Amino acid sequence: MDDEVRMDDIRGMVLFVPGLQSLIDLLRERGWAVIGPTVRDGAVVHAEIESVDQLPRGVGDLQDAGSYRLRERDDEALFGFAAGPQAWKSLLFPSRELLWSGRRVGAEKEVTPAVVDAKRLALFGVRSCDLHALAIHDRVLAKREVTDTAYVARREATFIVALTCSDPGGTCFCVSMGTGPVPDEGFDLALTELLDQDGHRFLVVPGSDRGQEVLDDLKSRAGGGEVMPAGEQDHLGAQEVGAAAAQHMGRSLDTKGLRDLLYAHPEHPRWADVASRCLACTNCTLVCPTCFCTSVDVVSDLTGSATERWRVWDSCFTTDFSYLHGGSVRDSVQSRYRQWATHKLASWVDQFGTSGCVGCGRCITWCPAAIDLTAEVAAIRSGKE
Amino acid sequence: MPRLAEPTAVQPVESAMVPRLFRLVDRRQDTADTFTIVLEPNDGVPLAFIPGQFTMLSAFGVGEVPISVSGDAHVAGPLQHTVRDVGAVTHALARTAVGDVMGVRGPYGTGWDVADGHSRDVVFVGGGIGLAPLRPAVLEVLAHREDYGRVVLLYGARSPEELLFVDEMKQWEDQGMEVLVTVDYGRESWQGRVGLVTKLIPRAGFDPMSTLALICGPEVMMRHTALALVGRGVRSNRIRVSLERNMRCGVGLCGHCQYRELFVCVDGPVLPYAQVTGLLGLREV
Repeated sequence: MDDEVRMDDIRGMVLFVPGLQSLIDLLRERGWAVIGPTVRDGAVVHAEIESVDQLPRGVGDLQDAGSYRLRERDDEALFGFAAGPQAWKSLLFPSRELLWSGRRVGAEKEVTPAVVDAKRLALFGVRSCDLHALAIHDRVLAKREVTDTAYVARREATFIVALTCSDPGGTCFCVSMGTGPVPDEGFDLALTELLDQDGHRFLVVPGSDRGQEVLDDLKSRAGGGEVMPAGEQDHLGAQEVGAAAAQHMGRSLDTKGLRDLLYAHPEHPRWADVASRCLACTNCTLVCPTCFCTSVDVVSDLTGSATERWRVWDSCFTTDFSYLHGGSVRDSVQSRYRQWATHKLASWVDQFGTSGCVGCGRCITWCPAAIDLTAEVAAIRSGKE
Repeated sequence: MPRLAEPTAVQPVESAMVPRLFRLVDRRQDTADTFTIVLEPNDGVPLAFIPGQFTMLSAFGVGEVPISVSGDAHVAGPLQHTVRDVGAVTHALARTAVGDVMGVRGPYGTGWDVADGHSRDVVFVGGGIGLAPLRPAVLEVLAHREDYGRVVLLYGARSPEELLFVDEMKQWEDQGMEVLVTVDYGRESWQGRVGLVTKLIPRAGFDPMSTLALICGPEVMMRHTALALVGRGVRSNRIRVSLERNMRCGVGLCGHCQYRELFVCVDGPVLPYAQVTGLLGLREV
């Protein structure tokens, strides 16, 4: 009996679609709001879900530089698409957050710090690229001398259901960045969607004690037809899903010596070339799952007696970002694109011990000028000789 | 799941981003556009700092700016900042009167580490408002004058009217500091030197082989000064510069002040010239 339980621990479980519903129900019962992919306005976006019927059943996507379209699949897959426009960061690191509010009382002033409202969220279907992005944000925002405590509080209240990516998009390059497509760590549970002769089902394996607890609970209460111990076939099937996905990367990036390459070529003519196409619209930084730069907005009433300070997402593509009295340090678009790419792929390594890029491809897909980071880097590399 | 940093071991960002309140107790107009404010903490706890550090000064309803401390680090007295009125926030600060309350966060960043100049000559090179961040280091050296060799201040400003701390410099000379001043242009009444601050370097008496040089001014001035000092034989790791960037948080989280791999607010503002030699030569970093 003991042996059997241990086998379950190692080998995980198989959930059929009703079993997946039971998992959602269980997470909700345990106090987590489940946030998963849904279709809205022609895109896969995150929303709170209660039912598997809200997942994008039979929906796939077509992604290329500057292009994103949903398509109809010829199967019933619930997760048969690649990374959508939204990274998970907006849930843990909101685009606007109150820092403090102030009041003028006669000649005196009062400052009231904001209170962090950390909701318990279960992120449902986190791809390996985004899992690595979360780990990067942990490093940038939580493992610092001074931390973003609002992020830390939210992160600790988060349950993560990871997902093996089965259908990478035309702009994906997680294999190049060593960040996917199969989740390796940093999750509570990991799902792999299987659509083969044995039926539409999900292999689920635990990645934490908390995940194991949820799985044990699920086992004890779910009906036999919904949840079963995983077998050899299920694991082989899951491996095949991951291996096939790894073969279908739409893009690739040669990361060998990348930091030194970019440091060595701050004046490469390609920076001017890309600047002639870049609109400095900030889309890439907004969709990037690791971009973390922020500014502080001041909001006041007309009388000036009440004021608030809000932390807001900012972008290194704006002129205001590097403004000093008299002008901006990075006045040209060329210098701003160089800053973004060099930070993401090179100086990030010095700052945080890892690349800032996870190969999710969002910056390529959502660039209105179809600028492809991997192509820009390749051009700089080829011009090196 | 990877463990996050222990919440008890870190400073909450709420407190890092929330200012303490200080009251303006004295104000002095230094030049047409530059003023010095003296601030007392409402909670009575003095703000301890090391020379070279900055704070984030906050004007209610307007915003925040990074300003280096210009006061004496040795006296546990009020906080002193010398500010140039060049933007929306500094303009709001310029209009404050004695009794007004403003916000202060910090102190942040690295210091000049003047103790590294013990038994050596110390050369201060300031350009314009750049003398303000150097002032605490000057006071520190002069307070322990016997620990240092020759002490020199080379100071340049655009015009005689823009020179800072002129009255105080006489006192500094009395305390054993050689002071050389130059301006970019002066009226006929100006009897002093005219020209770039780098021209003062050959005139100053110091031993390049045993010198600590602290430079603060516009980036182009710091670059040329450092090059000139290196040219005379000063070691590049004994030359320090204080960089200015658009600091918004002061604690390395907001990303604004990045200088390639450096966060100027926590890795700087004071940095060894040796660490930034290559970057200072690049445009728009």
